Amino acid sequence: MKALCWQGVNELSVEHVPDPRILNAQDAIVKVKLTTTCGSDLHLLGGYIPAMRAGDVIGHEFLGEIVEVGTEVRRHKVGDRVVVASIIGCGRCWYCENDLWSACDNSNTKPAFADMLYGQPIGGIYGYSHVTGGYKGSHAQYIRVPFVDYGAFHVPDGVDDMDALFTSDSAPTGWMGADLAGVRPGDVVAVWGCGAVGQMAARAAMLLGAERVISIDRYPERLAMTERYVGCETLDYTRTDIIEELKERTGGRGPDVCIEAVGLEAEGAGRRHLYDKAKQRLGMTLDRPIAVREAIYACRKAGSVFILGVFAGLVDKFPLGAMMNKGLTVRSAQQHGQRYIPKLLDLVARGELRTAHLATHTMPLDQAPRGYDMFKNKKDGCVRAVFRPWA
Amino acid sequence: MKRAVLGGLTLGGIGLGVMRWLSSRRTKVRTRQAASRWLMVTINRRPEEVVPDGRLPEPLARLGDAIEVQVREAPGDRGTELGARPITPVPAGVTGVLARLGDEDPRQAVRRALRESKCLIETGEVLRPDEPPTTRPTPAGRILDLAAQRAGGEGRL
Ligand SMILES: NC(=O)c1ccc[n+]([C@@H]2O[C@H](COP(=O)([O-])OP(=O)(O)OC[C@H]3O[C@@H](n4cnc5c(N)ncnc54)[C@H](O)[C@@H]3O)[C@@H](O)[C@H]2O)c1
Ligand SMILES: [Zn+2]
Ligand SMILES: [Zn+2]
Repeated sequence: MKALCWQGVNELSVEHVPDPRILNAQDAIVKVKLTTTCGSDLHLLGGYIPAMRAGDVIGHEFLGEIVEVGTEVRRHKVGDRVVVASIIGCGRCWYCENDLWSACDNSNTKPAFADMLYGQPIGGIYGYSHVTGGYKGSHAQYIRVPFVDYGAFHVPDGVDDMDALFTSDSAPTGWMGADLAGVRPGDVVAVWGCGAVGQMAARAAMLLGAERVISIDRYPERLAMTERYVGCETLDYTRTDIIEELKERTGGRGPDVCIEAVGLEAEGAGRRHLYDKAKQRLGMTLDRPIAVREAIYACRKAGSVFILGVFAGLVDKFPLGAMMNKGLTVRSAQQHGQRYIPKLLDLVARGELRTAHLATHTMPLDQAPRGYDMFKNKKDGCVRAVFRPWA
Repeated sequence: MKRAVLGGLTLGGIGLGVMRWLSSRRTKVRTRQAASRWLMVTINRRPEEVVPDGRLPEPLARLGDAIEVQVREAPGDRGTELGARPITPVPAGVTGVLARLGDEDPRQAVRRALRESKCLIETGEVLRPDEPPTTRPTPAGRILDLAAQRAGGEGRL
């Protein structure tokens, strides 16, 4: 079959690779209809995520049709149209039972890598390095889906493929940020990043009752898209001092909840940004936590900060003092997709959550390297490039 | 230029990581304390489901007399803490490292058996990694493959 392979830093190619097979009785094989780029893949491309191997198939946000099931699969059958959570959960370990799916104990068959890096193994993720299990990704014609009864969700009739696609990863990630940060009616919420994840977080905050949501980015087309489809206020961080602006807009308090949806390649306007970039380039630090720092400084006392952006290793100049002395709650996670996908599909079906606008560019899988170039360099207003493996 | 440097760093970093991993474990293996430490997992089931009538889960039972085992209830609602360790002395020093590369370290076998027992009891089967592991052989890839092969026997699960 055809698949998009990571070949090295900023090197992708479409290759012929062996078809996946059922390896466990609870597996299914899904024929991929739509599969999309994610900001997390940019971190793979940039070489910031360890334990990638030349030839690894990437991609983790996808939708398709079940074409084969193992003998122990109970909730799905051949022919089902499903959206699949980007992280893999067994459904029965303590973490899965407590709805903390990305911390699953059983879905990472290569626990040593994460144990070495983080002190504990983390759950499996499709197409996201050997730290998260070395699973083959979804930018392919077929994919093996382990524990399919827990990870795949039937797409309701009447919901388009393109609307359902983003309930795989970006929508549940955004929803998790607003939910686990504890957004309540009356809150003022600030969201850093107007990519798909940030937009979904902002929308989730509104649906959870926030009084005011303010989204931050620098790209005019992303800011405009957020205003139009999410319906919140926006700020351009290159044109204003974000911390002062947020103080002014919140009566001097600062936002109750700050959601960071930027990640380890954050850009910045000031001198500190150059310092971070230089250190990252010299290999002295892996990650640039620019938006995380800003979120912590901006947040009101005893407020809540959620880090949705992906970080791989160590960061420099983390404002621990601000966090401690202001009494902040800081929380983070790889997304617990299985916890939110059914609810999100429902919201999409009712028209309360719009997602299809994120797919600014659609193309055959053969053109995926071009799609990533557009997505990475924000060419032609690209927010998500969606690939059709069978086109 | 920047790209090449970064690439080298990342791949070199993995190699370095593997070496550090081996050598740090080596120092640990050298100390008697580490060699005799219990390897533990917590299983999200009651003790009577983990060791029904005192019978060990199949992956551990396979190790027979080579290991000793302990079972205790975990605090709260967390299930059962299952521990095991080899009875035979663990190879030390350079031999130990070589044994680990050859996947012969008995502690690795115990670690793997514990993880497999947990997965089996909680989910009904032992999850297998995707295969084939790669379609493109490269030198940096080989270092990673080596680590990946052993990864199932390492880590805390
Ligand atoms: N936690 C999870 O499970 C999970 C899931 C999906 C994605 N992610 C992560 O979320 C992050 C965003 O993902 P995405 O797909 O939306 O990526 P994206 O690259 O499309 O969007 C990131 C946005 O952040 C903006 N940005 C950069 N620096 C900023 C700054 N200082 N202040 C404000 N905005 C800034 C960029 O301009 C860009 O629009 C990534 O780090 C990704 O890895 C996490
Ligand atoms: Zn993602
Ligand atoms: Zn689990």
